[in-house]
This record gives sequence, C-alpha cells and structure tokens, in this order.
Amino acid sequence: SNSVRSDSHQFVFSADIISTVEFNYSGELLATGDKGGRVVIFQHEQESKNRPHLRGEYNVYSTFQSHEPEFDYLKSLEIEEKINKIRWLPQQNAAHFLLSTNDKTIKLWKISERDKRAEGYNLKDEDGRLRDPFRITSLRVPVLMPMDLMVEASPRRIFANAHTYHINSISVNSDHETYLSADDLRINLWHLEITDRSFNIVDIKPANMEELTEVITAAECHPHQCNVFVYSSSKGTIRLCDMRAAALCDRHSKFFEEPEDPSSRSFFSEIISSISDVKFSHSGRYMMTRDYLSVKVWDLNMENRPVETYQVHEYLRSKLCSLYENDCIFDKFECCWNGSDSAIMTGSYNNFFRMFDRNTRRDITLEASRESSKPRATLKPRKVSTGGKRKKDEISVDSLDFNKKILHTAWHPKDNVIAVAATNNLYIFQDKIN
Amino acid sequence: LRGGEVSKMAGADGDDSLYPIAVLIDELRNEDVQLRLNSIKKLSTIALALGVERTRTELLPFLTDTIYDEDEVLLALAEQLGNFTMLVGGPEYVHCLLPPLESLATVEETVVRDKAVESLRKISQEHSPVDLEVHFEPLVKRLASGDWFTSRTSACGLFSVCYPRVSSTVKAEIRQHFRTLCSDDTPMVRRAAASKLGEFAKVLELEYVKSDIISLFTALASDEQDSVRLLAVEACVSIATLLPQEDLETLVMPTLRQAAEDKSWRVRYMVADKFSELQKAVGPEITKNDLVPAFQNLLKDCEAEVRAAAANKVKEFCENLPEDNREQIIMTHILPCVKELVSDTNQHVKSALASVIMGLSTILGKDNTIEHLLPLFLAQLKDECPEVRLNIISNLDCVNEVIGIRQLSQSLLPAIVELAEDAKWRVRLAIIEYMPLLAGQLGVEFFDEKLNTLCMAWLIDHVYAIREAATCNLMKLVEKFGAEWAQNTIVPKVLGMANDPNYLHRMTTLFCINALSKACGQEITTKQMLPVVLKMSNDQVANVRFNVAKSLQKIGPILDSNALQTEVKPVLEKLASDTDMDVKYFAQEAISGKSFPITEYPPESRQHFYKIFIDVQDQLVNV
Repeated sequence: SNSVRSDSHQFVFSADIISTVEFNYSGELLATGDKGGRVVIFQHEQESKNRPHLRGEYNVYSTFQSHEPEFDYLKSLEIEEKINKIRWLPQQNAAHFLLSTNDKTIKLWKISERDKRAEGYNLKDEDGRLRDPFRITSLRVPVLMPMDLMVEASPRRIFANAHTYHINSISVNSDHETYLSADDLRINLWHLEITDRSFNIVDIKPANMEELTEVITAAECHPHQCNVFVYSSSKGTIRLCDMRAAALCDRHSKFFEEPEDPSSRSFFSEIISSISDVKFSHSGRYMMTRDYLSVKVWDLNMENRPVETYQVHEYLRSKLCSLYENDCIFDKFECCWNGSDSAIMTGSYNNFFRMFDRNTRRDITLEASRESSKPRATLKPRKVSTGGKRKKDEISVDSLDFNKKILHTAWHPKDNVIAVAATNNLYIFQDKIN
Repeated sequence: LRGGEVSKMAGADGDDSLYPIAVLIDELRNEDVQLRLNSIKKLSTIALALGVERTRTELLPFLTDTIYDEDEVLLALAEQLGNFTMLVGGPEYVHCLLPPLESLATVEETVVRDKAVESLRKISQEHSPVDLEVHFEPLVKRLASGDWFTSRTSACGLFSVCYPRVSSTVKAEIRQHFRTLCSDDTPMVRRAAASKLGEFAKVLELEYVKSDIISLFTALASDEQDSVRLLAVEACVSIATLLPQEDLETLVMPTLRQAAEDKSWRVRYMVADKFSELQKAVGPEITKNDLVPAFQNLLKDCEAEVRAAAANKVKEFCENLPEDNREQIIMTHILPCVKELVSDTNQHVKSALASVIMGLSTILGKDNTIEHLLPLFLAQLKDECPEVRLNIISNLDCVNEVIGIRQLSQSLLPAIVELAEDAKWRVRLAIIEYMPLLAGQLGVEFFDEKLNTLCMAWLIDHVYAIREAATCNLMKLVEKFGAEWAQNTIVPKVLGMANDPNYLHRMTTLFCINALSKACGQEITTKQMLPVVLKMSNDQVANVRFNVAKSLQKIGPILDSNALQTEVKPVLEKLASDTDMDVKYFAQEAISGKSFPITEYPPESRQHFYKIFIDVQDQLVNV
C-alpha cells in the first residue's frame, strides 16, 4: 500500500505557505491553513464518468479568513495570523465543524451549505422597488426557492486568553465535548461549548524560568479513551497522563523514553532528539513520534523503547553542523498514519517525503513536484546517494534543496489518498485504480 | 418606517392595520439580527394576523427552513413555537408545529436543541392520544434513529413525555429505542440517555424499571467513558427512590459502591456532590452500613476536588443520619476524618470544610462542641488561608446558638485583626462586611473594647473601596447599637477627621455624615454634624467643597427648616458662586433640591473629570 504511485493534481496559492493540513473523519473534506491566516477546504467530488480512472478530485469547497494579525499592547508583541493547527470535530449534523488556532486564539468554525433562498417581501416588489406602504391589501409570507449551492463558514466560538506561550497543538477528545490545547509550558482542557474558562491540566513552568530545561512540543488525546492524553517534550520523551487519576495531570502515569546511545552522543544530540509531532494510531494501541532524523512507533504498553524506528534521512547526520547554522535543525516535521495503521508518512527536504510499510519494513522516498503531479503521472521513487559513488538517478546529499521542506502531510482516514504540503503548494496523490 | 409610527400615517386605500404586520414579516429576513429577533419574538402577532390556516400552510413551512439563522434567533423561535398551539388552530392541529421543532431539535447548538425539546415536551401534552401515536411518536422515532447524534440526543428527552400516553405496543417500541440509544456509538448520545434515565424510569411500570432500567443503569455506570459514568450517579438517585427498599441492595447498591470507588476522580466527585440526595434515596439502613464508610473514603480521597466536594456535604450528611445513633456515628466515624481535613494540604478543601463545619455544633450539642469541635474551629481561625478564616467567621451564628461566642473570642480577635490588616484589600473588604454580624453577636461592650478601633482605622484605609465599605459599616453599627452609642463612640472620631491634613480623609468625614445622619437622628445631625459640614465649605480643596454641597443636600431632609434657612442656605449660596465650576454646579443642584445621580456631570466640566481621575488613581495605586 505504500506504493502510492499516482495521478495527481495541484493547487497553487499565492506566495502563502501552507502551515497545516488535515482530513476530516470521513476523508470527504480536506482543510489547509496557511501563514496568512486563511483556511481552505477541499471537497472530494464524486466519481465522474469521463475520468473513470480517478477516484474523484478534491476541489475547493470553502475559503475563509480564520485569523487576523493582532497586536498585544500590554506585552508589545505581534500575534501572527498563521494557522498552527486545524482539527475537525466529529460530524454532528449536516454542517461540518473545525477548530483552527494561531499562537494564541482557538476558533470553532461551522461550514454549512445553503441551497434555498426566501423570496417575496411585503414592502418591496420583485425588483426591490419600495411599495406604497399605504396600499398594502394583503400580507405575503416569504417562500423558499431553490438556489445555487452556497457554502458558508461562520465563526461559532472563540477560545481566547488562555495561553501565555505559543499554542503548538489542539486535539479533540473522544468524549466529543472537550478538547485540549497545548503551548510550550502548559496544557489546557476546554469544553467545546464554554469559551470563558478552561482547566489547566499540565503546567511545567518552573518557578524560576532560568531553570527551564524542556518545553512541550506536541500533545494529543487518545482516539478512544477519553481520559488519556500524551504530550511530547523537547528532550525526546513522551508522557502519558490519565485524567481519571487527578484533576491536575502534572504527574504522568507513563513515561516513554529511549535510552541514549552513548556512542552517537554529540553537541546536537539534544536538539535532534526533540520530538516535533506525536500521533496515536487509529487503533489506539500505538503512538508515533517524529524527531529530527527518525520516526518511532511506541507500544503504549512498553515505555523503555520504541517497537519500531524508521530513519527518515539518516544521511543528514553528518550535515548537522550546517543544518544548525541555517536553523533547519529546528524544523518541526509532522508525521501521520494511514487508515489501517499499516503505513506511516513523514516529510523531508528537497520536497521529498517518506513512507514506511510497517509489515514489510520497506520504505520509499517520493517527491512532490510539478513534474510528478501532472494528471495520470506516476510518482517515481527517489534515492539520495549516501556512499561515495552516486548511481544514476540518485541525488547527492549536497545538492538537496533545504528550502523545499515538507513539514505537513495528511493521510485519508480510509483510502490511499494523501495530501502533501510543499511550501505554498498542496499536492494530493492517490492510488491508481486499474 | 418602524412599527410605532405607523398608526399615525394611516393610508387611504390600504388596510392600515396590515402595515405593522407587513414590517414584522419582512423583518424576519432583515440583515440586522436584532430586527430578526424582534420579529421572531412577535411571531404570535404575525400568526394572529395571518389566521390559523395561513399560519399552518405558509408561515410554518417557511420557519421550518430558517434553521440557518443565528443561535439567539433560533432559540427565540424554538421557545415561541412551544406556545403556538392556539395560533395554528388548537390541539386538533398542534401536530403542524412538529416539523419546525424537529428541524430545530437537530441543530448543533445545545441551548437551541434543548429549547426545541422543551417546546416539544410542552406541545406533546396538547396532542390527543391518537395524534400522539400518529404524529408525535413517529417524530420521536425519526429523531432516535437519525444519522446525526444531535437528533438522537434530542430524542432522549422526548421518550418520557409520550410513554405514559401510548398503547402497550408503542410502549415496547419506545423502550427498545431507549435501550438502543443507551448503547449508542457516540458518547454524546449515551450521555444524553444517561441524563434522562432517571426521568424515563419514573414513567415506566415497576416491572420494567427492574428489568430494563436496571440493566441500562448498570451498563451506563460501567461505560468506558467516565463522562457517561458520572451521569449514571445522578440517575441512581431517581432509580433508588422508585424501588422498594428490599430491592435496593441487589439492584442498585453494587453499582453505587462501584461508583464511589471509581478509578476516575470525576465519578467519585459526582458521588460526593450528590451524597445527600443519595443518602435520602437509599434510606437509613443502607446509609449506616454502606454510605458511612463510603463517605469516610470520599473525605480521605486522594484527589482534592473530591475531598472538597465531600467536605461540603459534611453537615448535611450528619444532619440526615438516623437520629437514634447519629451522635455515635459522627463521633466515631466522621469526626476523625473531619479532624484530618482541618489540616489538609489543599486550601479549597479546608475552605469547603470551614463553610459547613460550624453547623455540626447544633447537631452535636454543647459538650461535644466544646470538647471536640472548638479546637477545630480555633485551628481554622488561625489557618494561613484567609478564605478559611472568613468562612469560619461568617458562620459564627451557628456556634453562637450552642455555646455562645465568648468561648471563641480569645482566638477570634487575633483572627479578625489579622484579616482586618490583610495586605489584599478584597480580604479586608470581606471582613468588614461581617462586622455588623459580629457586633450583634459579641455585644456592644466587647465591640467597643476590641473592634471599634479597627472600624475606625478602615476609614483611613488607602483603598477607596475599603473606606466606602467602612462608612457603610458604621451606618449598620449605629442601626444596631443606637444613636446614643454613636454619639459617644464614633461621631466624635468621625468629626475629628474633618481637620485631617489629607483631603481624602476630610471627604471621608462627609461620606460618613451622609451615611450616619439618618440613623443618628435630627438632634445629633443638627447639633454636631452640621457645624462641621458648614465649616468645611471653606476648605481649600474643591473636591471637599462640592462634597459639602452634596452632603448638605443629603442631610437637608433631616434638618429642621430653621437650620435649613438660616445656616444651610447661605452656605450653599456662597458655594453657588464659587470659582470652581463643579462646586457651583453641585451647590446649584442642592439649592434647586433636585436629586441627581452622581454620574451626571455638567457637560463642560473637564476639571471635574480630572478630579475624579485623581481619586481613581489613588485607588489604583493601592490595589
């Protein structure tokens, strides 16, 4: 299944960089957020008879401005409009709901359709001309008439003023009524219907900020157990907390950490072990973490080491010095599972992204590029030469473009359809249907 | 053109009575949500004008599809439709209201859905038994088997209203639907079902309570999501009241015991929170055997939230214990736990306990109170957390009835003094508010000796809110202890402040006079207060002078007309020609005798705002 060779198509935005990508629970909708604070939602079109080889394309369904730039006058700080994360809510009626967040403020959006319009006024005629108000002889009740489908996005709630530091994660709980939001030092629990208060459940801020040794990098709720959530740290560890045990979750119930290999210890060890993303498997049995060079799969029942480790771009280990100088070493790569948890995907540089088949342990490097995304084109595996001699079709490490990074990817919850954000381009690839 | 003006402009040809209605109908779709809301709130006017036939065939179909609107509009609509039966033609046609309410019952906004369900419950009673089965029950079924959980959650609230009025076949169907929803895939629906379980149990025949409800209750109480389990605790109360005593042990208690020891603190919290209700529902025998140990455990729970919830229930639980061995149970089982809570590590727990612990003295009587409770009260009075001390002080009346407050006074005084001087002004404010109560309980002698100095010190506090509260406190004290007491103890001190070098303190004298004059009566006001006020009209600070004008206006009604004419009037006239425009303004206001709100400033007076600003700043600096 990891051979997502594919037909593809792309959407080019203005110079705006995509900052998050997320499928909804059915996979019918795909949302992206960008640095300009906009959210664009794509909808999966039904199969068309003209192009039977296609499962159906994703077309723009709704675009709206979710966040605007703001200024915190008390702290003299600019608050960027960049969308850090989008999370869909489980569908509850004909409308769709999502949470979007920038550094400080989380918003709940409703995306709904309207296909009827009321017609007929008493004081105006069909052309909008006012009628003589003194000559009304009968009352008209408006009548609903069909109209072209209109998709509306409306802000339903704004969850503000609860985070002192930058929000890095939001995650909807499986109880469908709460969600958590995490910043560098704290995690808050919200009720989806209550905006004026949230509960601080984790606080790792030391009394003296000079003693700060680690920050929270990501947090997620368990997909089925509403009381369980995990958060990862810049030290490469993951804490699992049980909200049943106490109201404050400063004490974890599980602590996942892989002992460091002393032989590979270097100046960069701590930086590259920082976890940039953590995701539970759909089954809820495993979780996956991404650090700078690898992806690790952990069994929730085993805390002392991951059950699987996949190297994403091990060839960069010798380049850490220059990657530190150009700040790339601090890039936050995300990772995702496929619908059946049998494969995982994460991004790399040079518009490459990696897929790993957990059963066969095979891996593949693919490239998101204009060439590979022409309709009916097939993605070809790419190789980076690691040894002395470069084979044909291989790319040398030195010629990788570090400005082209794939940080955000998403996998359709059921089908082999993936979405890959490469700076300002969104690529959607899908399995070929033969 | 808006409704109100219409009647004046009645036209020649048209029916002028239609115009306002036409406006209302058009405004159902106005861009301004306030106008739409206004129209929806007058929906009955529209319906009345349209008549029952057109309301049914035109207005209701239109409303059924307006679920795109803002929540507040939908909420108003849902509420209106609950009172619409007569407007659609009476009970015979009440089922016409079901389609719009059905669509409102599926929106995502909980408040709207709940209101729609409330209206549906209301109009269900207006359905004839036949209509209930032909129209209403199918709607409940549709909602119960809807695709979206919003509609299924709404269905949960409707079963209990139709169940008693339908045939036994339909009853069986309803029970089946409820069962299905109790094991729904989404926790939202299971929560809705769990929260309606008790209500549904009440309308069921006892045999089905035992067979159906108990198994659903057991299942929900062991749901994988604690948010569902905790709702089962509430249902437990209703179910326990329905069952005969002999069935409780086998049908309810295993589940309740399990809930009290649940792994999730939220479920245990719920048990603690509902403890008094549970206690009443299961009766004295089970309380003795089961609930007492369960309550002990909750008081010792590892989670502070649970301990605090249990601590809150200590008094009620003890009160409701069977009288025959109440004292013994409290002394041997509850009191040891309470003693530990007094030194709990969490201040919310201690504070929860402090708010009820005094109530135990009436239950345990004088001797036990002195021997066992008094040391606890005293310990709490010395607690480091001001909220704990305040809670003890605010409940002194309970213990006063049993042993008299003198027993406590030794420790009470230092506690009060400490609170009175707390660095946080809100704490000081809170203790001031208890002063009149304390004064009443401690008596005038004790008060003069120990507390009077404190009350006077607050008058020169650096926070305005404290000075203001202190003024009000003096008034209440005078009401309690009488004018003579005031004349001897506080009036001289208050009037002495008129010579204070700080103008804020001089103004406090005026504020006190404003507050006290009525309670002190004409003689004290005229002979002692008035001369001071008049003298202050020469103050160099304008704020003092215009407050003199305001005070004179305030105490005017208490003075006799002679004093008013010969003493007050000349001073006010002098102030009315003051160089300061605010002094002038307030003096003129006082002369013309108008009462005016303080916020109404002369429009041109910027200087006055400046003065107010200074005073506000004085507060801000000290907050």
